Amino acid sequence: MRKIFTLIGQYLLLMKKVFRKPERSAVFWKQFVQEIEKTGLSSVPIVGIVSIFIGAVITIQTSYNINSPLIPKSYIGFMTRETMLLEFSSTMIALVLAGKIGSSIASEIGTMRITEQIDALEIMGVNSANYLILPKITAATIFNPLLMLMSFMIGLLGGWMMALTSDIVNPSQYIEGLRMNFQPFYIVYGLIKMAVFNFIITSISAFHGYYASGGSRDVGRSATNGIVSCSLCILISNLILTHVLL
Amino acid sequence: MINARHIYKSFEGKPVLHDISVSFDENKTNLIIGASGSGKTVLLKCLVGLHEADAGEIWFDDVLYNSLSFEQKKRLRRKIGMLFQGSALFDFATVEENVTFPMDMFTDWSTEEKRERANFCLQRVKLENVNHLYPSSLSGGMQKRVGIARAIALNPRYLFCDEPNSGLDPRTSIIIDNLIYEITHEFGIITIINTHDMNSVMEIGEKVVFIHEGAKYWEGTREEILHTDNTELNHFVFASNMAKQLKAKNK
Repeated sequence: MRKIFTLIGQYLLLMKKVFRKPERSAVFWKQFVQEIEKTGLSSVPIVGIVSIFIGAVITIQTSYNINSPLIPKSYIGFMTRETMLLEFSSTMIALVLAGKIGSSIASEIGTMRITEQIDALEIMGVNSANYLILPKITAATIFNPLLMLMSFMIGLLGGWMMALTSDIVNPSQYIEGLRMNFQPFYIVYGLIKMAVFNFIITSISAFHGYYASGGSRDVGRSATNGIVSCSLCILISNLILTHVLL
Repeated sequence: MINARHIYKSFEGKPVLHDISVSFDENKTNLIIGASGSGKTVLLKCLVGLHEADAGEIWFDDVLYNSLSFEQKKRLRRKIGMLFQGSALFDFATVEENVTFPMDMFTDWSTEEKRERANFCLQRVKLENVNHLYPSSLSGGMQKRVGIARAIALNPRYLFCDEPNSGLDPRTSIIIDNLIYEITHEFGIITIINTHDMNSVMEIGEKVVFIHEGAKYWEGTREEILHTDNTELNHFVFASNMAKQLKAKNK
């Protein structure tokens, strides 16, 4: 228990170092753009592929679970939309991103730590935490919620393609379901969740990398620990946010 | 002058440095020597502020480092250049970007001015036509030279070198040692070198401090080191049979 509190304290102290004014705004914005590419744009293919298949699978599974003739088929589209919007496009995609960008951030910063590159930054008088971590956190927190919107759209497209290529639901009924009883706040809810999850992914994985020590095996271990901690925190914060926002 | 007074440092209750008081002179190559695990790297890291000493004072000229705030320490560190054991070059940047990095962070120089300064520093360490290469494509000796070029990019007042010739062949080691010596005298800086290489000691050791088991055992010049009767230092300096025979012959 004491170890957990120590880790939380260490994490908060690191965040205090991270959230300071950058030394050079020009350098920061340059890094910010690079990080959007590294943490956001590079994740577009994996998010797209996962979303289109999951959208299709949700459509099939929902249709199999609606046996009653009293329930209209358009509910398949409705359920696909709600599942994608409320849970999959934010939480599941965040877990995918935790594996992809979380491990990359932890191992990148961890390697810089064990090869003394972080010490070199400190010796120069650069706030290494601010220089290395702030652009990652801001880029992912601001840009990656767009991935949630993209995942949502592609997931619906996957479901529609399923409707188009099979007889489980008529495409027009599917579209009708998508339009049924739409709550715009759910989009805001998804975006807020995604922003929080991306803050968690980048800050926690950076924390694990920043305090890595030893050799390559320890960097690997810090990356693994980073992913596990991120996933756990995403699930806990998902519960809290859902309870608070809905 | 850099002055360390009564420095103590321990890790998880295990003492590593014990009451070390030592001063390092301007315009000289000051060497900290000692066996592996003697505490010399910890001392160097305490001096540059990478480790915080448990007790004691560290003075950079007339500034007490321990009393500075985070921002003041950052400002002081801009006067420090450091060459790391593994060079610690940024692997995401080219050689030129590594050298211009401190300029990007702390100067308002134009791109052309920064490039000129980077070229000057690289030429000073006898490196040419490597500006656009990445550190991973350089040899160990070249990486050390880029490390020196980066360390002197902003005309530091203090230069720290941690095992500058570890992993290098004897010839390249001498080149690096001489380079550090020349730069120290050319720019009139305070250079502190952490080493256990006796060739370096004899080549450039204008002031030598011997650390043993976390304490300062001896201090003097490279000439004095040959005639000392300090047992521990003699064990360290004349560790090999050949060195022992040479000493006996000299006597």
